[in-house]
Amino acid sequence: MMLTKPDPQHTQLYLDGVSVSFDGFRALNNLSLIIMPGEMRAIIGPNGAGKTTMMDVITGKTKPDRGTILFDGDTNLTEMDEAGIATLGIGRKFQKPTVFESHTVWDNIDLALAGRRGPFATLFHRDGADDDRILAILETIRLSGRRDVLAGALSHGQKQWLEIGMLLAQEPKLLLVDEPVAGMTDAETAETARLLREIAQTRSVVVVEHDMTFVRDLDVKVTVLHEGSVLSDGSLDHVSADPRVIEVYLGR
Amino acid sequence: MQGGILLPRLDRAGLIFGAVALGLAILIPILNLIVPTDSAFHVPPHVVALMGKYLCYALLALSVDLVWGYCGILSLGHGAFFALGGYAMGMYLMRQIGPRGMYGHPTLPDFMVFLNWQELPWYWLGFDQFWFAAIMVLLAPGLLAGLLGWLAFRSRVTGVYLSIITQAMTFALLLAFFRNDMGFGGNNGLTDFKDILGAPLQADGTRSALFAASAIALAFGFILCRWIVRSKLGRVLVAIRDAESRTRFLGYRVEQYKLLVFVTSACMAGVAGALYVPQVGIINPGEFSPANSIEAVIWVAVGGRGTLIGSVIGAVLVNFGKTLLTNALPEIWLFALGGLFIAVTLFLPRGIVGLWTGYWAKRREKQAASIATQPVTEGS
Repeated sequence: MMLTKPDPQHTQLYLDGVSVSFDGFRALNNLSLIIMPGEMRAIIGPNGAGKTTMMDVITGKTKPDRGTILFDGDTNLTEMDEAGIATLGIGRKFQKPTVFESHTVWDNIDLALAGRRGPFATLFHRDGADDDRILAILETIRLSGRRDVLAGALSHGQKQWLEIGMLLAQEPKLLLVDEPVAGMTDAETAETARLLREIAQTRSVVVVEHDMTFVRDLDVKVTVLHEGSVLSDGSLDHVSADPRVIEVYLGR
Repeated sequence: MQGGILLPRLDRAGLIFGAVALGLAILIPILNLIVPTDSAFHVPPHVVALMGKYLCYALLALSVDLVWGYCGILSLGHGAFFALGGYAMGMYLMRQIGPRGMYGHPTLPDFMVFLNWQELPWYWLGFDQFWFAAIMVLLAPGLLAGLLGWLAFRSRVTGVYLSIITQAMTFALLLAFFRNDMGFGGNNGLTDFKDILGAPLQADGTRSALFAASAIALAFGFILCRWIVRSKLGRVLVAIRDAESRTRFLGYRVEQYKLLVFVTSACMAGVAGALYVPQVGIINPGEFSPANSIEAVIWVAVGGRGTLIGSVIGAVLVNFGKTLLTNALPEIWLFALGGLFIAVTLFLPRGIVGLWTGYWAKRREKQAASIATQPVTEGS
């Protein structure tokens, strides 16, 4: 889409020429991608297209072999660890819902709340100081009634929402969401789309998803990944009509 | 919920435990020292020493539970921290012997005279002072745990690999302390202690005082652990145990948390060792034996991991069983211990305390079901 090299200034997330190899396998191949502040973007692509690896390099789990990753236009993410990147304002939702199963719903949100993260800060943290913030988030994710239930006892869909709530509690500027509706019922899927759109009003969101109905529900710009780089992007209708996309992905 | 941060976390469990330990610290010395020998309530001195030993083991178990039960770090080397604390205390006790040793040398312990050493090695300096030894009791295990933890946690060594490293650490120390030229008495270790803080170690009063000190140390350890696990830090620890990478992506530096709790735990184990040595009268490299560390883990598993009180119960019960069994049938103890571990893993995965809390939870559920017209079900 873009012919000249774009200016990273004013972007929320800026990936340029990012490559990662595992034992000779190129998981990401010269990947370039720009997310603007407040933008919501859906990423689709066949298995092995590099969607999860892309999340890994952005969040610091994997170090790229080459390339630039900038946050807020000037912060170089490739030199930071996961905790540092998270504190910067990037939240990540895993493919499999990962919540703290032996903590209550309330404590899950409490642990995720933006705040000081050092061991001594938490050791001397005063309980009850953040109750209002937690209540507000529980309201948003519709789990107010289950605040004292252990997270392990929640249904699959509720765990996904709890995890989204934890991300909200982090107050990130950018949310990376990996297959949020996998294994959800149709009603839960629709509810999740609504929840994500609500969240996207105040921050940038990147959603990786297989479910085409869900992507259509989101109604945002779509980027198609293939073999570790961008194959096509634009509206869902536009990429669906792209013959290269049909060949590698939708046509099968 | 408002107010200071120290008092609200001193909950009922901590208070009860503290009260019971303090009660024992007063009661047992009275029963030993004041109640006449022919009374049925008299506690003979060897029983006081035995119970003091159990309490030291309980403190060691508590320290294992803090790292394993709450942070998922299965340390198979906590015996090393216990032994280091023990050696620090042993060195103080050796220096207290002074010229009363077999060879009558004014400063050198007997084994050094025997090895023809001319002067005290630098690392023995200062151990004639109790305060110095007391600091080393915390510092030696703390530094070792800090170094090992720093290296292991920042390289993200977890699970069974970390267990193996800790096991290797205690084995390496075992071999090192066996060597005469290490200057810690080699094979024989440190023994023939005479007195502590000027009080003769064999005296009933000293034994009772050591017992009381062990009970108080255990109470302090328990309250400290309670305070840690009930804080937000404690909840982060459980979060690390259950979903480490999730915790990391929330912005917590997991390695700092693990290091802090590992060092705290090692210091507790060191205190346990330091109180243990004067009560048993000897410290030798055998205390570094990997089997000791594994045994401590079994105590915690038997009592109930991640409950604190379970580790204390497990340590006391298993060691009581050990005392009985090694008197009656010494050769089957290790088989019994192994069998116990298998049985607990298979039938009591949450230990004795888990059995107890499970029983009460079921009873409450039954009561709730009989009261409510509709049974309450938790979706899962």
